[in-house]
Amino acid sequence: MTELTSAAVPPIGPEDHVRGEGEGGLIVYADLGCPHCAAAWAEIAARPGRIAFRHFPVASKHPRSPALHAAAEAAGAQGQFFAMVDSLYGDRGHVDDPHLWQRAEHLGLELERFERDRRSPDLAARVRHDFQSGIRAGVAGTPAVFDACTLVAVREREF
Amino acid sequence: MIAAGTPAPDFSLRDQDGEEVSLSDFKGRKVLLVFYPFDFSPVCSDQLSLYQEVKPEIEAKDVTLLGVSVDSPYAHKAFQEKLGIDTILLSDFEPKGEVSRAYGSFLDGPGMSNRTLVLIDGDGQVEWAYESPNPGEFPGANVIFDALA
Repeated sequence: MTELTSAAVPPIGPEDHVRGEGEGGLIVYADLGCPHCAAAWAEIAARPGRIAFRHFPVASKHPRSPALHAAAEAAGAQGQFFAMVDSLYGDRGHVDDPHLWQRAEHLGLELERFERDRRSPDLAARVRHDFQSGIRAGVAGTPAVFDACTLVAVREREF
Repeated sequence: MIAAGTPAPDFSLRDQDGEEVSLSDFKGRKVLLVFYPFDFSPVCSDQLSLYQEVKPEIEAKDVTLLGVSVDSPYAHKAFQEKLGIDTILLSDFEPKGEVSRAYGSFLDGPGMSNRTLVLIDGDGQVEWAYESPNPGEFPGANVIFDALA
């Protein structure tokens, strides 16, 4: 099992899902089933510069999250990762499997491949890898935003 | 907050199913007590949900996770089901907060546990303890794994 002791948030790298250009950028650990992430994404996505999205599904809080993150990765395998993320945050009310197929169709994805990919253990491992890096960096809630590996924003909560 | 190196006070509390659970039941095995304020409060929900995601990794280190709050077993059962977690939740209901007080976690003003983690070794000694700066924050899971390393 992967060690989950504290570690610095990994800098943006070639394995990351990155939107935008330039040096530096924001690293966002987010849950595709989280309403707070959906609200924040509209603002985050509009910012100039690079944004790296890292998976942080909390299945016990949002039972559909694993499926949504798998769908985003599967869309990413066909070059539509951020389009799927935008779609999922833009409409949080239709997240069952038939809705995911509709979204994939709308994005012009090859459906058989999408379905095969989203059930792939390799994709699940990719999502888990991001999640574990967030745990090690001390992510305790979503969205958690890092700028140059420094936590700059996290959802404010009363106890 | 109870200090490391102190004998862990034994206790017997009812879990979410009404079953009695004692610290001495876990002799020879490490226990991580997670004291938290209340079932269904926002931060407690986030905290226990997050720990659920890494519970396999915690248990792989032969550690049993036990949540403790002043809520009743009935509330614990509903909380478990709402969050979709299987962490054992112990009811420190009557006398209210007695176990929480024994571990130095009880806050008299609000009448609840503070957000405290206590790692107890297999011999019943406190190996490590952590208290959040305020009940509105909870320790990330990395803090637990640092203690277990």
